[in-house]
Amino acid sequence: MFRNQYDTDVTTWSPAGRLFQVEYAMEAVKQGSAAIGLRSKTHVVLACVNKANSELSSHQKKIFKVDDHIGVAIAGLTADGRVLSRYMRSECINYNYTYESPLPVGRLVVQLADKAQVCTQRSWKRPYGVGLLVGGLDESGAHLYYNCPSGNYFEYQAFAIGSRSQAAKTYLERRFENFTNSSREDLIKDALIATRETLQGEKLRSSICTIAVVGVEEPFHILDQDTVQKLIDAFEIVGQDEPPAAEPDVATEPGAAAEEGAGAGDGAGQGAVAEPDVAPMDI
Amino acid sequence: MESNQAKPGLLCNPEASQRTLYPYVTGTSVVALKYKDGILMAADMGGSYGSTLRYKSVERMKPIGKHSLLGASGEISDFQELLRYLDELILYDNMWDDGNSLGPKEVHNYLTRVMYNRRNKFNPLWNSLVLGGVKKGQKYLGMVSMIGVNFEDNHVATGFGNHLARPILRDEWHENLTFEEGVKLLEKCMRVLLYRDRSAVNKLQISKITEEGVTISQPYSLKTFWGFSAFENPTLGAEGSW
Amino acid sequence: MTKEHANWSPYDNNGGSCVAIAGANYCVIAADTRMSTGYSILTRDYSKICKLADKAVLASSGFQADVKALQKHLAAKHLIYQHQHNKQMSCPAMAQLLSNTLYYKRFFPYYAFNVLGGLDSEGKGCVFTYDAVGSYERVGYSSQGSGSTLIIPFLDNQLKSPSPLLLPAVDAVTPLSEAEAIDLVKTVFASATERDIYTGDRLEIVVLNADGTRYEYMELRKD
Repeated sequence: MFRNQYDTDVTTWSPAGRLFQVEYAMEAVKQGSAAIGLRSKTHVVLACVNKANSELSSHQKKIFKVDDHIGVAIAGLTADGRVLSRYMRSECINYNYTYESPLPVGRLVVQLADKAQVCTQRSWKRPYGVGLLVGGLDESGAHLYYNCPSGNYFEYQAFAIGSRSQAAKTYLERRFENFTNSSREDLIKDALIATRETLQGEKLRSSICTIAVVGVEEPFHILDQDTVQKLIDAFEIVGQDEPPAAEPDVATEPGAAAEEGAGAGDGAGQGAVAEPDVAPMDI
Repeated sequence: MESNQAKPGLLCNPEASQRTLYPYVTGTSVVALKYKDGILMAADMGGSYGSTLRYKSVERMKPIGKHSLLGASGEISDFQELLRYLDELILYDNMWDDGNSLGPKEVHNYLTRVMYNRRNKFNPLWNSLVLGGVKKGQKYLGMVSMIGVNFEDNHVATGFGNHLARPILRDEWHENLTFEEGVKLLEKCMRVLLYRDRSAVNKLQISKITEEGVTISQPYSLKTFWGFSAFENPTLGAEGSW
Repeated sequence: MTKEHANWSPYDNNGGSCVAIAGANYCVIAADTRMSTGYSILTRDYSKICKLADKAVLASSGFQADVKALQKHLAAKHLIYQHQHNKQMSCPAMAQLLSNTLYYKRFFPYYAFNVLGGLDSEGKGCVFTYDAVGSYERVGYSSQGSGSTLIIPFLDNQLKSPSPLLLPAVDAVTPLSEAEAIDLVKTVFASATERDIYTGDRLEIVVLNADGTRYEYMELRKD
């Protein structure tokens, strides 16, 4: 039942200097379906995989608009994610009320991290079980941050969290150096491919993923399903095991260049299993 | 302090009021305008205690952060308290050290919120504030009153300045004023105010804010001419009883 | 020390006039851009009109600081509404929200006189008119602010709206075309500017119709 005698509450240290409850919360992030974020100089693209809990249910919303200049993609406990995005929305509204200007992304991320940190130091609280990819734009440019339950936060060029995110990370690691000068379209394309990597051979369809964009002159918005499907078709992004079959009811662009399985095969099969003896605090 | 008891309903302790019901030491008009490269602002250095000229070296214009310049008329102590708020605000903003900073628009809005919140508590800061600044090539000039009324314009003036200086500014101001022309125009306004506003004194500062930052001039005085015969001997020709 | 001080007031009247006219498939909302205090003008170019939603436009006069606070409050509420409902608020919904917001401050009121114009769910023009503490009514046209005493009789005479006392109720929207309504608004402001010292400088007109939102401007007397 218990891993050891030091993991029954958040405020107890293990002799090795670890906080097991916090680490368990970070495990919750890995259980959730994947969320991906990447940025160029001018745009941030967020993507996520939508998994329905049962055949009979719809999937949960995993990408939230926070303000015109900020959005989040979450992995882990969606309920916690919703609470945190509501907090972020109200912070943005309050800042805007006082200064009539948008809240800088980095500052919101620190406030969010401080909120998560409190839960790691109070006996009557529980850490949030959700990882957030915060994408946004401010006067210092486009930013992508990852906030985790421990209260740590990191800035990234591109990142992926959630189940089977390692495959997407492998793809992003190979490509990230080009992202800074990517066009908006290329960024979306890379987001779609990275998303496909996490599917383990399942066919990429607009019904199982969500894409959102924020950029210069482009307020944060979630692309509608038709648009996403058209992009998938245009880029000919399909599952590696399946022949590239065009959707019969959607127009395809045969001229569009096909990304020739850049990440195919690599990440597939690698699960997101953490080595048990390494504290996952620093991811 | 009889007047303090005028509204016992509003004040819980009328004998020892902790609120500004009327100002003690006040500064008079501030005049400011946009020019080619930024904002120019002028204010004299007098601090009046009622009709007594009590202080003669009051600095009524201060830089706020990198991009803003604040000028104030009204209660000097309230202005100095406001400067402490702003100091904290700017310090906190700098501590993020993240490449973002509050520009003149943000500071102006913050000031508006402070003034309005204080009036909502029936405890106003007794000032008219002028806020100018430049950030990312954008010039900004605005005003806030004691009760939170706020607006932007190409030229603004507080108190008597709104009556005496702004008609001159409306006549002579244009978008492409050079620094020299701007200073000349401000001095013209300040001279009129000096002649006609009894609380104005002939010791003033002019400050400028551009993309490069704030510079506030040393105190100096304007050339005036008081030698009209009616000024020198106002009773000449008057047939008084004494 | 006996000294007479004018008692401090938390209010000011910054003047200005607002008009809104509802038509069958459009709504015109207009206000001048002068902002005054006492006998002096603070600025000649301050917009009293606030676009709160795609189909709801608010024009307000009175005490500028209260008006600004009210506008910001409504804008924030609308943002929250959009987050929660994934759509823009309708004009009648905004009308109710405005009423509640004003009434909430019943005992320290917003000194703001509002006209809310927009399009309802059928695309028909709608105008809501308010007092400072939140009582409101849907009408065919309305005016608020310092020049309203001059403007309302003018509109009454020109629009010959059916009496709200008629039973069964007759639709209050004006029979004018959009262009005629805009012309009427211009005339009405030019006239009010002649006699009301708080109205003038510039007229800002917002036209809402099926095509979207359009802004028009006209110079007014500056004296």
